Amino acid sequence: MAITHPFTTRFRLARPGRSGPAPDLTLSYEDEIKLLRSPGRTPWRWVVVVGGLVLFLWLPTYLGDPGLRVLSLCGIYAIGAIGLNLLTGYTGQISLGHAFFVGVGAYTAAYFGGQHGWPMLAYLAFAALLGFVVGGVIGPFALRLRGNYLVVVTLGLVFLGEHLWNNWDSVTGGGNGISLGGAPMSLGPLDFKQGLELGGETYTFEQSFFWLVWILVALSALLAKNLVRSRAGRAMQAIRDRDLSAEVIGVSPARYKVGAFAWSSAYAAVAGALYGLLQQYVSPGDFGLFLSITYVAIIIIGGLGTIFGSIIGALFVLGGRSLIEQNSGQAIFDPLITTRSGEPGIFTIGELNAVLFGLAIVLFLLLEPRGLAAFWFRIKTWFVTWPFSY
Amino acid sequence: MPMSGPGGPILAVITGDDLLQTAFSGLALGCKYALIALGFSVVFKATGVINFAQASLVLLGAYLTFNFAQTWDLNFYLSLVMAMAAGALVGVLTEASVLRWLVGQPPAALIMVTIGLLFVLNNVVTAIWGPDNRNLGDPWGIQTRDVVGVTVADRDVWTIGFAAVAVAAFFVFFRYSTLGLAMRAAAFDPEAAMAQGIPARRVHRVAWAIAGAVAALAGATLAAGAGQLSPATGSLALVAFPAIILGGLDSPLGAVVGGIIIGLVQQFTALLAPEYFDWVGDSFERVSPYLVMIVILLIRPYGLFGTREVRRV
Repeated sequence: MAITHPFTTRFRLARPGRSGPAPDLTLSYEDEIKLLRSPGRTPWRWVVVVGGLVLFLWLPTYLGDPGLRVLSLCGIYAIGAIGLNLLTGYTGQISLGHAFFVGVGAYTAAYFGGQHGWPMLAYLAFAALLGFVVGGVIGPFALRLRGNYLVVVTLGLVFLGEHLWNNWDSVTGGGNGISLGGAPMSLGPLDFKQGLELGGETYTFEQSFFWLVWILVALSALLAKNLVRSRAGRAMQAIRDRDLSAEVIGVSPARYKVGAFAWSSAYAAVAGALYGLLQQYVSPGDFGLFLSITYVAIIIIGGLGTIFGSIIGALFVLGGRSLIEQNSGQAIFDPLITTRSGEPGIFTIGELNAVLFGLAIVLFLLLEPRGLAAFWFRIKTWFVTWPFSY
Repeated sequence: MPMSGPGGPILAVITGDDLLQTAFSGLALGCKYALIALGFSVVFKATGVINFAQASLVLLGAYLTFNFAQTWDLNFYLSLVMAMAAGALVGVLTEASVLRWLVGQPPAALIMVTIGLLFVLNNVVTAIWGPDNRNLGDPWGIQTRDVVGVTVADRDVWTIGFAAVAVAAFFVFFRYSTLGLAMRAAAFDPEAAMAQGIPARRVHRVAWAIAGAVAALAGATLAAGAGQLSPATGSLALVAFPAIILGGLDSPLGAVVGGIIIGLVQQFTALLAPEYFDWVGDSFERVSPYLVMIVILLIRPYGLFGTREVRRV
């Protein structure tokens, strides 16, 4: 399911009065892999980058705190989803174990940040490192087991993880969970917990946290993009497309499968640590199978094998979920939603959300298996090839 | 339970009767898992889909049995047969409405689509019958009898009987019927089977129908007893995963053996863990099947009876 840019080279008719290659022709490898070329050549990327930057700066001053919490949560899931996409979308290893690695990160932040008062940069980095190491330890399973067997083993990992979180009381607080209230959240003079003070303005925790999370989303996306457009990324995609052929042409499956596991777990752990900081409290139930399934759904709905898709997938799934929760009182939901107090209606809010979630997965796979990202590619292709239909 | 003596806690002695009792309850539990696992493996064998929605077919089957036996007040065994028929119908409808459009898609898509179906079906079931615990309406209830010092619950005897009948029926069907032969051929090599004129679509439908029917049977045995039927019954079905993986995904025999192994492992962990290795934590029996599965898979990557995937350049 490799999704490449629809046209890396566009052919133009020779122009009278000019010699040399057409201006759009890609001449060098450096040109080919550039993220941002001149605005004339990749206008759409510039629209996304500039628009994203404007939204990033402007949204926190416009949206209220509840909305910003939701968007922060979307950002956190986006980071985890980028990681899972490296593993599933780019390397082709399906894992239902992502929730376990998210838990590793969350409990690392809770233990070292919340209980021992490490500075934020230290416990975030340590969470990522620990995620990387644990992922690297689990990774070799992927060498021995393939496809469906790997899925069920990673499923088992989630249950074993939940058991560990429930029983390792001294670190995880057991079934009651553990608070991150004591975790410092300052970066030099910037204190995200108390709210940023910039240029005489004081911002709330939600506003500050939104900025923190989405800066990290941008950094994670950039790191992932750099990974997948380099040698390692091509090796991963070769393994995904056909591991046997990849092996034959000299790609080491051990190195890249384990590497993909390690990187994806590091991403998951950072997402877990941030999740803990946003919720200020984590308990074993947060890292169950449902979380893993949510992550897989995000990358499928967003688009397998696209970094951009992981982010829009997270916005779609998490944003949709909370839109329904927040608007459940509206009249259009009356025939559907009941509060179990004798009101007419079919589902509770939780059930409705779960049904819609399930339907979204099924419908996307049936109608647009390449996910939301494909819509974007279609729009782009339409403009690029205009006035021809293909 | 550990008892306290003067010199600190002393280990309670586990008697031979305890072991026998645990072996029996492990066997009964294992037969429930085996029934669930049979449904998984027949779909996997015929279509190559790991069917997470099997768990919701189990739940639906249990609630349908409840609906026929309690709400409509029919004879229990008749209700069970009706629930199996309805389960088969739901299985066929699932295949016809969703899965047939995804033939040949990558495994990630197939797995996720069944997970999507799991969410939809489970929540529709909960929306229809509510979240409360119910009595299935089975005639076995909580009656027990004594057999050579072992307390044997009636419902466990029936469960073992059902599992034995189901296994025998599977064997006869796949071994002697034309359709069974066609299904084996289609599972072995889909393209060659199609070239021989075996209708792939009908094979898929039949597999889903069998899965739906067995799921209803499994659901009824899981929910039998006093107040055992609740939406959580469906999540028990997920414990059958280690069973099918252990036995090898594409082997019905493996499903049964794996189910019984997992049932025994669970019951013996519950008996022995608090006494001899309590450092593993509370209710370790809930996760011990996964541990056993991982260990066995590391030794035999395609399970005990699974077909080894041949990789050729």
